[in-house]
Amino acid sequence: MSLLAPPRPARESVRRPRTALRGSLAVVVLLALLVLLAFASLMWGARDIAPADVWAALVSPVTGGNDHGVVRNERVPRTLIGLVAGAALGAAGALMQGVTRNPIADPGLLGLNSGASLAVIVAIAGFHVTSVDGYVWFAFLGAGVAALIVYGAASMGWEGVTPVKLALVGAAVTATATSLITVVLLMDRNTLREFRFWQVGSLANRSLDALTSVLPFVAVGLLVALAAGRVLNALALGDDVARGLGQDVTRGRLLVVLAVVLLCGSAVSLVGPIAFVGLVVPHVARAVVGPDYRWIVALSMLIGPLLLLAADVIGRLVVAGELEAGLVVAFVGAPVLLALVRGSRSVAA
Amino acid sequence: MSLVAHDVHLAYDRRTVVHGVDFAVPTGEVTVIVGANGCGKSTLLRGLGRIMRPTQGRVELDGTDLRRLRPRDVATRLGLLPQQPTAPDGITVADLVGRGRHPHQGAFRRWSAGDAEAVSNALALTSTHQLAGRRVEELSGGQRQRVWIAMMLAQDPGTMLLDEPTTYLDIAHQVEVLDLLAELNAERGTTVVMVLHDLNLAARYADHLVVMKEGRVLRCGHPGDVLDADCVREAFGLESRVLPDPVAGCPMVVPIGRHVPTLPATAMPA
Amino acid sequence: MSALLVPDAERDTTPADVARAGLRTTRLRRRARTFATTLTLVVVAAAVAVTALMLGDYPLSATDVVRALVGLDDGPARIVVFDFRLPRVVLGILVGVAFGLAGALFQSVLRNTLASPDVIGVSQGASAGAVGALLLAGVTGFWVSVAAFAGGAAVGLLLYAVSWRGGMTGYRFVLSGIGVAYVCTSVVGYLLTRSDVQEAQAALLWMTGSVAQADWPLVTTLAVALAALVPLVVLVARGLDLLLLGDEQSAGLGLRPELTRAAVIALGVALACAATAAAGPVAFVALIAAPVARRLLGDGSLALVQSALVGVVLVTGADLVAQHLLPALLPVEFSVPVGVVTGAIGGPYLIWLMAAGRTCTS
Repeated sequence: MSLLAPPRPARESVRRPRTALRGSLAVVVLLALLVLLAFASLMWGARDIAPADVWAALVSPVTGGNDHGVVRNERVPRTLIGLVAGAALGAAGALMQGVTRNPIADPGLLGLNSGASLAVIVAIAGFHVTSVDGYVWFAFLGAGVAALIVYGAASMGWEGVTPVKLALVGAAVTATATSLITVVLLMDRNTLREFRFWQVGSLANRSLDALTSVLPFVAVGLLVALAAGRVLNALALGDDVARGLGQDVTRGRLLVVLAVVLLCGSAVSLVGPIAFVGLVVPHVARAVVGPDYRWIVALSMLIGPLLLLAADVIGRLVVAGELEAGLVVAFVGAPVLLALVRGSRSVAA
Repeated sequence: MSLVAHDVHLAYDRRTVVHGVDFAVPTGEVTVIVGANGCGKSTLLRGLGRIMRPTQGRVELDGTDLRRLRPRDVATRLGLLPQQPTAPDGITVADLVGRGRHPHQGAFRRWSAGDAEAVSNALALTSTHQLAGRRVEELSGGQRQRVWIAMMLAQDPGTMLLDEPTTYLDIAHQVEVLDLLAELNAERGTTVVMVLHDLNLAARYADHLVVMKEGRVLRCGHPGDVLDADCVREAFGLESRVLPDPVAGCPMVVPIGRHVPTLPATAMPA
Repeated sequence: MSALLVPDAERDTTPADVARAGLRTTRLRRRARTFATTLTLVVVAAAVAVTALMLGDYPLSATDVVRALVGLDDGPARIVVFDFRLPRVVLGILVGVAFGLAGALFQSVLRNTLASPDVIGVSQGASAGAVGALLLAGVTGFWVSVAAFAGGAAVGLLLYAVSWRGGMTGYRFVLSGIGVAYVCTSVVGYLLTRSDVQEAQAALLWMTGSVAQADWPLVTTLAVALAALVPLVVLVARGLDLLLLGDEQSAGLGLRPELTRAAVIALGVALACAATAAAGPVAFVALIAAPVARRLLGDGSLALVQSALVGVVLVTGADLVAQHLLPALLPVEFSVPVGVVTGAIGGPYLIWLMAAGRTCTS
């Protein structure tokens, strides 16, 4: 069945030119900025390396060349990790805000960060793991278990999973995990010595192996995230309308949460609990393209790495001995967030 | 297309609101469900629109249990507009109407010419094409309601379920929305099922009237056969007189109430 | 209502009389439940407090404690109770009141079950202040409290400046608060990673929240602050009740919603700052006190008094567990701060509430 001819001709095309045009333009600009930033990340640091040398290090490395070694062994891994973790956190944030219909949601809300933190504590205190690479699987597992508990507890009761229940249970799991973490840290000084550096979040001293081990999860997560844009668009109209449009609400939510776990779990295990990227990035994306989640998710995947990598580069430049990216992100992101919030006319939520 | 309820029971948690309704939606007609507050009419509509699962009995679409159909396939045949839906902040009219194309799109499928065509038609049919670029939150209540109906038109279902589509609208806008639905029904054969509060408008626009009481169907049939003073007393506990309305001759319910002002004879033209 | 005006209707059968009678019974029933709940909370709080005064290296009986409290005992019991144990118990009570009230105020005025001092950023601001004082200035005791209060208050003022734009909306306030909270957390993270581990541990202990440091000057200071703030809470409570009907409705009933909201938030910030300055950001008390109190009452009221009492029971009870029960279970000598217990008890309790509850929608 199709619509009959309308009584009046519709003059305007409704191809949504504005969103598509702005979105495409933003993608091009963001990609260009990302390339520039990635190159800057290879050049700048404790020692600045000339662009020509960076290029040479990438295409025809000389073994034994000190600068080439720095570029290939230190800066390439942290740049790539910044790109991947940033994209994962940005996308996870957009998904989380969409699925909870709450602009203050971030991926940490599912208890992922605290679950990962608790698992890293176990790794340090129980298994005496001290390398950041060694934490990866612990963190990933911890994040997954926490998300499972949160989703499981929130889905009990006759209403099933509601955004409010998800948020409250997430807060409860976080509080419980934090208590346990605190007990260990107060009793065991050695664990605190290691853990405090992991907790602030950083891109430094991670190997490419750590990246490749979580890369499949991120790839799946990003694909699901891109496909989930339309699900979020339906959910944004409320559960009833979404059902009327043929969206299986329960399955849609589960799919989105699964993607968040994959993305955020990977990112946290790579760079530590930097949930703030996931909070602020979707707000920027929304300010650029409006409320269409297909575009918000796509742009968040590009703005996320931009923010994280920029924070890392700034952290290398502002103080000798560098400032962790996780610390700088808050100082860069918070003013942006405040400006956006102040500018918004929205009174909702 | 047929939509049939077989012994449908519907419950919120453990509180059963609809107790065993058997009801076949007449295809190609306008059906209006009326009843006192809390009689289960909105709940029945939610059950027909598979927003709520029957705790007992089943709803069949073209002979198949709704639960056994893919939600997306149902959505191309059956549209539902809940009471007071909320639009996301900052969304434009064209975008909101475009979201009605959800069941016609795949995960990665791009916006197609067919989508654009359906949305243009929906905007034109509801006379909202001039609002296409406006933000939904800037619109008046009547405009907003037309935009939501346009979204359901873009969804292009053969049957539309609407829960009190005239709430919060002034009398002119109420009539406008109902005229629109009646035209859709007349010109395109769309089956319409809606919950209304205003008995007179219900009698005017319904081909088929369903009167509910305490979770059961009290009476159903043509408004002229169904709606009389006994029916109003039984369903609403209200004394009334039912007269033919002077415009269309449909039943018109005039409540008696306790308060009857004594007006000078000249104030009421004969 | 025309029925009210019918003069010859029999007095005991008019609808108005029926309504009046109905109102009377519901009000009585409601009062009875409120009274029973409140009384139970007071009794539980008192029992916990007396138990806390009895236990320790120098065990006392309940009669000893009561005799010492009312001044019938001049012996060692009096010194043990007044000089060693009472400050800690009273601090727990005051902190519980302040956090319970602050949480109830935030959650109702921002209409968000998740709103609590840690979400708004006040706890993080206070932490940044206190940790800065501990690690950078190297001070302890009173000045840490001053720095914590200053940090929390600075966050409150900043949020006020950012989100006040001819009025205050909850959404702007909460989102700005989260942003500021992240910045403060980063400051704390920086300080913790750049300091000696031993000092970092001390800072962490402060951030967990503890009442072990209680002495009479600290208790007196907090008591004075609460004596000033609590009457103000009583003053705004009526306005807050109306505000919950929505801005337009409350304005129709003669309230200025923007102003009331700003006043309630300011009071919440002040209460949270005062309590945090004295005991650190004791986890979860502010978040959970009001939902629990409202669940106990079950009548949709603000439940400010009951929230404060739940806060008291939570803090003093958790401290009892932390001080006397946990050390016996732990393998090493370690004094557990109360904040660990409130989080560890409160978290699972909230999960249970969500999983089992049917009336948990906000």
